[in-house]
Amino acid sequence: MKVLLVDDSKTMRNIQKGILAQLGYSQIEEAADGLDALSKLGAFSPELLLVDWNMPNMDGLTFVKKYRASGGASPIIMVTTEAEKVRVVEAIKAGVNNYVVKPFTPDVLAERIKETLARVTAA
Amino acid sequence: MDQSYIVPFVKSVQNVFETMLQLPVNIGEPSLKNQGEPSFDVSGIIGMSGDVEGSIVLSFPVTCAERVVSLFTGSELEHTHEDFADAVGELVNMVSGGAKAQFNGKQVSISCPSVVIGAKHQVHGRKDTVCIVIPCQSDAGDFNVEVAVRQVPVSANT
Repeated sequence: MKVLLVDDSKTMRNIQKGILAQLGYSQIEEAADGLDALSKLGAFSPELLLVDWNMPNMDGLTFVKKYRASGGASPIIMVTTEAEKVRVVEAIKAGVNNYVVKPFTPDVLAERIKETLARVTAA
Repeated sequence: MDQSYIVPFVKSVQNVFETMLQLPVNIGEPSLKNQGEPSFDVSGIIGMSGDVEGSIVLSFPVTCAERVVSLFTGSELEHTHEDFADAVGELVNMVSGGAKAQFNGKQVSISCPSVVIGAKHQVHGRKDTVCIVIPCQSDAGDFNVEVAVRQVPVSANT
């Protein structure tokens, strides 16, 4: 399973990497913002994306819209501090499959990842 | 400042530290920060804009910050380490994001965080906005959340 982590915080990417490793996923690429993520899509075709919202250069919502517009179909989990209902709806409309609000426990993120992948497999 | 803006920060800082660091935080009596009063040695700073605007500072003495960052990252990081500021920035990001989610019905955006490291530094916000210091006590040490926000008058948003 190839996973792309998009977050401007290296600390947060490391935490997510640790959780993914426990789930058995080790093919991980990292990007520090939406622009960086777009530039990595050519060489690395992710099967799952974890995307932060607030980032410099290009925010996560813009990245998700561009990824979907370019035909990217892999599941996306938004992992963000943006917890308002209106934001969640905005993200889902943009093409996000699941949503995790920071702060989160490792169990919550792991559960959302499994749930998201199970939904995609079932579809 | 509308006191209803303080409670969300109290709840959020306790939630962030309990969830991500398994570190309970006790809250002291909030007080007004005097102009020119220095923050602690390490400050994570975030700006708010939209219906509510201002700045949030999460400020620690160095030893407390190093303990907190170690709990957060799972590794011992001194304040000179390149990843130290990143961790402090992410903490203030989560505290601010969690608080603004409790501003019912308000459209608020937060900036990317900045981090200042240095003894006796001062953080100056808008002169027309008071700053409330929320003292926090934890097993990692004492630290503060400094909240200087105000509701934007309706006329300014139209």
